[in-house]
Amino acid sequence: MTLQILAIILGSLTIGSALMVVLSKHPIRSVIFLVITFFFISSLYILMNAEFLAIVNIIVYAGAIMVLFLFVLMLLNLNKQAEPQTSLFTKLTGVLTAGTLFSVLIAALKDSLVLGKTYTAGNSQIGLVESLGNLLFSKYVVPFEVSSILFIAAMVGAVLLAKREKQIID
Amino acid sequence: MDTGLLIEKSVLVVILFLVSLGIAAYSTYFERKLAAWIQDRVGPDRAGPFGILQPIADGTKMFLKEDFIPKNADKWLFIIGPGISMFTALITSAIIPWGTDLELFGRTISLQVTDFNIGILYLFAVLSISVYGIMIGGWASNNKYSLYGAIRASSQMISYELAMGISAITIILMSGSLSLSEIVEKQHGMNWNIFYQPVAFLVFFVCSLAETNRAPFDLPECENELIGGYHTEYSSMKLGLFLFAEYIAMFISSAIMAIMFFGGYNFPGMDAFSGNTLAILSVLAFFTKTFIMIFVFMWIRWTIPRFRFDQLMHLGWKVLIPIAIVNMLITGLVIALNQGWFN
Repeated sequence: MTLQILAIILGSLTIGSALMVVLSKHPIRSVIFLVITFFFISSLYILMNAEFLAIVNIIVYAGAIMVLFLFVLMLLNLNKQAEPQTSLFTKLTGVLTAGTLFSVLIAALKDSLVLGKTYTAGNSQIGLVESLGNLLFSKYVVPFEVSSILFIAAMVGAVLLAKREKQIID
Repeated sequence: MDTGLLIEKSVLVVILFLVSLGIAAYSTYFERKLAAWIQDRVGPDRAGPFGILQPIADGTKMFLKEDFIPKNADKWLFIIGPGISMFTALITSAIIPWGTDLELFGRTISLQVTDFNIGILYLFAVLSISVYGIMIGGWASNNKYSLYGAIRASSQMISYELAMGISAITIILMSGSLSLSEIVEKQHGMNWNIFYQPVAFLVFFVCSLAETNRAPFDLPECENELIGGYHTEYSSMKLGLFLFAEYIAMFISSAIMAIMFFGGYNFPGMDAFSGNTLAILSVLAFFTKTFIMIFVFMWIRWTIPRFRFDQLMHLGWKVLIPIAIVNMLITGLVIALNQGWFN
């Protein structure tokens, strides 16, 4: 029961801060609210005993990616005046497109909820590093290796792009 | 809910908070005394005998100064910046095993607030978010020198986190666990990781210097280029929180190094003791190691000149990361050979 109340509180806080990301006018504040949202998502993971996932979420998203976001925004020094003025038509189109995507997503996720396994409380070992590692290196070893190849490709691509830029400057 | 557990953990948390603040305050005193000694001066000697009350006088001064917020600063972010710095510096102490179990009032009290089973990852998570305090504070000041300091701090921290993480992986491989208390227990009986992993220690130590913004890596607050770096616009206790957070971070990272490489609370001949005597001796051993590390931090500050920023990036990306990766691969191979994976 306590778990449920906690989940409701944390869930509504997550949604609240996610809304603030979109609603706040200032880009830096948006990024900071996004960081807060990641923290709330991590707290939801911890409620489901997925400690590893929670901490990795903080390290990767809150700690690395969002720092880079903040970094870029600070260098660009965006403010209200620099924001491009959008017409009513553009806004309406945006709302329509996003709404369509949202309804498609709901339609896709509505049925998968029944087919997929739902989380059952009680198994406290499920999200720990050992069980995760065992699963990753036995049952899911092929997807794991494929995704690591994807990462290596992305890294090589980034290095290549950076290198090419330098040659042009020379 | 066990009420006794709740009380003992709360007491432990309060003690840790006070100890961290006390050590941070007296680190400033020792830093100044040490600097004076190295430079053949006297150092602070006015407040109390040997100037022992100097940190208290400094703190009082900080509180009584005018608290000024620049007109064009982002007010909220300007205020929460130092708060985030202090918060992230303090919460790491929750996972540090300070000593063996203590027995009081018929209860076994563990001297660790929480034995998180992924302690090292928690440590890195806190490290990676600790840059927000400096970045937000530096940006919100609306001053170009502060912004330079903030950007330097973030790029420096992102770069050195990688080498630090990779050198920590070798320790995780050696002990087969992510929990700090298990890492300490594995080093029982002079099996300290420093004897097996000197290279990893060197990388980890240099990265710790960079992560805590200590000299020779104190470019974010480099006073002869950036006035005061990210805290140029700060005054009063907000400045105090930034400076304090740096000293607490130094204390905590010394403690982490003592845990990961110098056996934590283990000391030679600890099997001869038991019970509360052992607990007290182990805490003393742990703090001795931590203070020696803090001394080395300060010693380096007054010995080695500051890096240039491109040298800093060069050292991080082209020297420390390759060394750490090669060290990790060799460690992995040796462990695999020892466990007979290639037979």
